Amino acid sequence: MPAIVVALTVLAVFALAYRFYAPYVAEKVYGLDPDFVTPAHEFEDGVDYLPTNKHVLFGHHFTSVAGAAPILGPAIAVFWGWGPALAWIVLGTVFAAGVHDFGAIVVSVRNKGKSIGTLSSDVINGRARTLFLLIIFFLLTLVNAVFAWVIGNLFANNPGAVIPIFFEIPLAIGIGQYIYRTRKAALIPSIVGVVLLYLMIPVGQAFATPVDAGATAVASALSLEVRTLWILIVFAYAFIACRLPVWVLLQPRDFINSHQLFIALAVIFGGVAIGGFVMEAPLVNSAMPEGSPGIFPFLFITIACGAVSGFHSLVSSGTTAKQLDRDTDAKYVGVMGTMGEGALATASVIAVAAGIGGAAAFSERYADYGAASAGGLGYFTEGVGRFASSFGVSAELGAIFAAVVVISFAATTMDTGVRLQRYVVQEIAELVNVKPLARSLWGSTIVAVLVPLGLSLVPGGDERGLAFGRLWRLFGTTNQLTAGLALAVIAVWVARRRRNPTAVMAPLVFLLVMTTYALFIQLGEFAADSDWLLFGLDLAIFVLAVWLIVEAGLALYRAYQDRAGEGVVGAADTPRADQRDADRR
Amino acid sequence: MSHQRPLRRLADGYRRVVSFHDALFVAPWRAGLERESRRQEELLVTLVFLEALGVENPAGYYTLELYPELAERFHAWHQDAGMRRAPEPGVCC
Repeated sequence: MPAIVVALTVLAVFALAYRFYAPYVAEKVYGLDPDFVTPAHEFEDGVDYLPTNKHVLFGHHFTSVAGAAPILGPAIAVFWGWGPALAWIVLGTVFAAGVHDFGAIVVSVRNKGKSIGTLSSDVINGRARTLFLLIIFFLLTLVNAVFAWVIGNLFANNPGAVIPIFFEIPLAIGIGQYIYRTRKAALIPSIVGVVLLYLMIPVGQAFATPVDAGATAVASALSLEVRTLWILIVFAYAFIACRLPVWVLLQPRDFINSHQLFIALAVIFGGVAIGGFVMEAPLVNSAMPEGSPGIFPFLFITIACGAVSGFHSLVSSGTTAKQLDRDTDAKYVGVMGTMGEGALATASVIAVAAGIGGAAAFSERYADYGAASAGGLGYFTEGVGRFASSFGVSAELGAIFAAVVVISFAATTMDTGVRLQRYVVQEIAELVNVKPLARSLWGSTIVAVLVPLGLSLVPGGDERGLAFGRLWRLFGTTNQLTAGLALAVIAVWVARRRRNPTAVMAPLVFLLVMTTYALFIQLGEFAADSDWLLFGLDLAIFVLAVWLIVEAGLALYRAYQDRAGEGVVGAADTPRADQRDADRR
Repeated sequence: MSHQRPLRRLADGYRRVVSFHDALFVAPWRAGLERESRRQEELLVTLVFLEALGVENPAGYYTLELYPELAERFHAWHQDAGMRRAPEPGVCC
């Protein structure tokens, strides 16, 4: 099948969902109110609370949620065939992510722009706040571990990306200082910055061999794998970067990344349209080796970002909700943001499945789940290289471009992840009364770096990424649990407002079943392999999942009891004056 | 005259692109800068007005003379912090 047909079909389904399903959710489930005074107006301060045009806010939201994860997960999940991967991306985006991101914005807007962590305490109970903190701790630990591994792996396999990526650091600082000091329009400096960055790609390609030789020499002198050396360097970078004020490096990097996101999407979809590539991977992989992880439940946690991601609830509630001009804009910003991410995930599936050189090439690349996990991003960068060749750029340069984009995203995510983890570590230390750690930024930073560093070094040796695949699945599980917590908050909020929460409950139940099922199966796998580190991690996340199910169940039960007590059961979707008043509160 | 119109249209178009680019890409970053500068300012105001908040200030003797300079900012700070009136009567409102 032509790849362009696949891309257009996905976009057409998204358009239909936006036209028919999103209005149902907006009107019947969330009860959007054009007259509601949003926090952006009520608390306008010109910084955090600022009414923003919905198209611009969509841009902010989309660039905040999109990153390396919606690329990596789908690239691995094509192991089961591109059909199941794409089906979950589309269904997840429409029925889970659309409801989740959109709902997180709405609930936050109706609660003065509070974050999902605070809302979990307000809407469910105080214990839910602790649960949220623990889930976020595991999520950030796994994010930092997997992204460090991803960057290390990409550097080891794409030494041509090393020079552009290291050049990006002073470039970002320079652009940041220029715009900060001159206060002039940023369009020209942005174009110059992106052009300079991409001019470094041929330079990186020219010096790839000496860079690789240097890294290999240092690694062998230290008796390390090249990838391990890069992982150590990446964590050293994260340790230093997270000690700098955000505006010095993190924000200018993010600024360059947001340009790169749109350029990458244009290269992929433009290349697919021009190049006439055909999907050559099997629709459904029927040649999986025995003992491979099954589609149920593992597909649904291998693709987290790109189908549904709990991380989005943090952005939706923490930032986007405070800038929403009108209550009704939540549908556009929330749903379109998820569809943008779904489009990026679709691009990833197409890149690893189209024009790869036939079914034999697929069988070789996706020989088993470990090979898919270790090689997924590499296949993606090669795919983007193929698409870039439609524009007359060599496939090798195109692949380095893709590696630069993915590493830039992953490095920024890590920088943010380590920063956030410091505060989570301090908060948990406060909870368990370890005062020296709770009061030391150095101490919490060291913990925030060392714990994921230890985990990212687990997938070493000659396991061909098997252990990385396991880490990735644990990351996906934790991400889905975060989404589950956000959906539980939204479902309780909807139920209390006497509206029908089925649209929220359905993805909530599905995610909780898939995550607990996956965690349960993995417990057996880890125990059988005597992998006690991952067993302990899995068990801890499993306990959190069960805890979440209990809290969500109790909160929903109470919400329904309250409704029954008020004698309004069955009047779920009836518009009422008091319901509108309740919504406005 | 007639050739000036397309040029003007081009210039207007460029200005619109610049403004859209600024709103889309630069605004979140500028907000970050504003947030950072506001945090620093709030820290200074809090330190100077520590005694007004009921906390002993070892540098109070020296910071006292900054009160008139910062009183207005302190007023904005305590209102932002959810205190309608200043905790210490006589400092501002």
